[in-house]
Amino acid sequence: MPADGPVVQKVALAGVFKDYGEKRALSDVSLTIEAGQVLALLGENGAGKSTLLGVLAQQIRPTRGKLLLDGRDATELDGRWLRQQLSLLSHEPRCYADLSARENLTFFAKLYGVGSDEKIRAERVRELLERVGLSAAADRPSRTFSRGMVQRLAIARALVHRPGLLLLDEPYTGLDQEGVRLLSSLIADERARGAIVVVISHDFEPLAPLLDVAAVLRRGRLEKTQRYVVGECTRELLLQLYARAAERPQARSA
Amino acid sequence: MSGSLLHQIGLLLWKDVRVEWRARELIYATMLFSAIIVLLFSFSFLGGSPPTVEVMAGVLWVAISLSGMLGISRSFEREREADTLRALLLSPIDRSALYLAKLLSITLLMLLTSVVVVPGLLLLFGMKVGPQQSWLLFLSLLGLGTLGFAAVAALFGASLGRARVREVLLPLLVYPLVVPALLAGARGTYGVLYGTPEALSDAVRWIKFLLVFDSMAVILGLWLFEPLCAQE
Repeated sequence: MPADGPVVQKVALAGVFKDYGEKRALSDVSLTIEAGQVLALLGENGAGKSTLLGVLAQQIRPTRGKLLLDGRDATELDGRWLRQQLSLLSHEPRCYADLSARENLTFFAKLYGVGSDEKIRAERVRELLERVGLSAAADRPSRTFSRGMVQRLAIARALVHRPGLLLLDEPYTGLDQEGVRLLSSLIADERARGAIVVVISHDFEPLAPLLDVAAVLRRGRLEKTQRYVVGECTRELLLQLYARAAERPQARSA
Repeated sequence: MSGSLLHQIGLLLWKDVRVEWRARELIYATMLFSAIIVLLFSFSFLGGSPPTVEVMAGVLWVAISLSGMLGISRSFEREREADTLRALLLSPIDRSALYLAKLLSITLLMLLTSVVVVPGLLLLFGMKVGPQQSWLLFLSLLGLGTLGFAAVAALFGASLGRARVREVLLPLLVYPLVVPALLAGARGTYGVLYGTPEALSDAVRWIKFLLVFDSMAVILGLWLFEPLCAQE
């Protein structure tokens, strides 16, 4: 079973470029984030946020530059070990519509080697279902779920193996107010556990109080990064940061 | 991590079987399509001379390859709809387990079409396989030919990812590469149906050919799966 505590202590991007043919999606992005921190990636549509998340998830190979985990080049690390540390919640739920919520989580728990036996695994799945509020619907095929319920299942799927690096792309999408509160508390729990959390979101209101760092991307460049004391960042501060980055593009690295 | 290679293959295969069984649309559509192919071919012989064993062997492999491709395309499309293939690729599971499990689930799906096609040929075309030994050869050809087809299809089905015209590309890429397997299957089946000692020994040679083809296809698949699927 994966350890409860963090395995990866520091993730860094060093001078990362990503080109798709003629189009440059990322340009000289450097960034460091440490265990127990929550970082928000902000920016307009097409700014390169999802590409950056893809690089962190090792799904997109940078054209130039490196992804470093605890100072070691990710390309030199064992791929299976690396994937064990990662979790990506993307726009798609990445769950099987013909399987129930419990079957989906059990399948992914087995895939990640969660629990030394069935009993521990079943307990982890039960605990997660309860946490995301899907206990009552646990044995229904997920194709019968509403958009919000599917998103809750996707969140549970992303957390099932207690990842060291949690990457969330628009995680608040489709959630009701209770779901938003639930997700925020889950992110806070992951931070407290020592995980590194990177979030892309346009929902500043629930996200802001959780943040340690916010980074603004514009046209593939990291224009601005700002550190916060947890709980002190607000939606207004994020909007100001966003506006400053748009007015005075300056930092090329952070 | 997540257990031995066999354990991982078993886990992925069980998931595929469960998902297909729950949905069933793919199983029904593939079986129905193969039945229609056999039926349409049988119409062309109504009132005329009975079909030769060459024609029967041809119909068998045309039906299996066409309906198999339909099932394979849809099976990968389902993985893509919810992006579950990416979830699998992002998990710590061995890439070779992923490839081999897909290969086996495609093989199972294609063999299901044989459950319709073979009785169809026995009933509508009067196909006769002969004694027990011939059945053994016939089933070996069916199994090995299907496995070779699936070994190529699993590789390209997974690697086409988000390519825009993937449903057109998949058959365009797969069919030329599986020509040797289809040819060996059809020629071997002809030998079994013809039934003379020379024809049967010819069928054995085609089985050996398929063994070599399948081994090469699986080895290449294992080798190429990671670089073709892993990263953009």
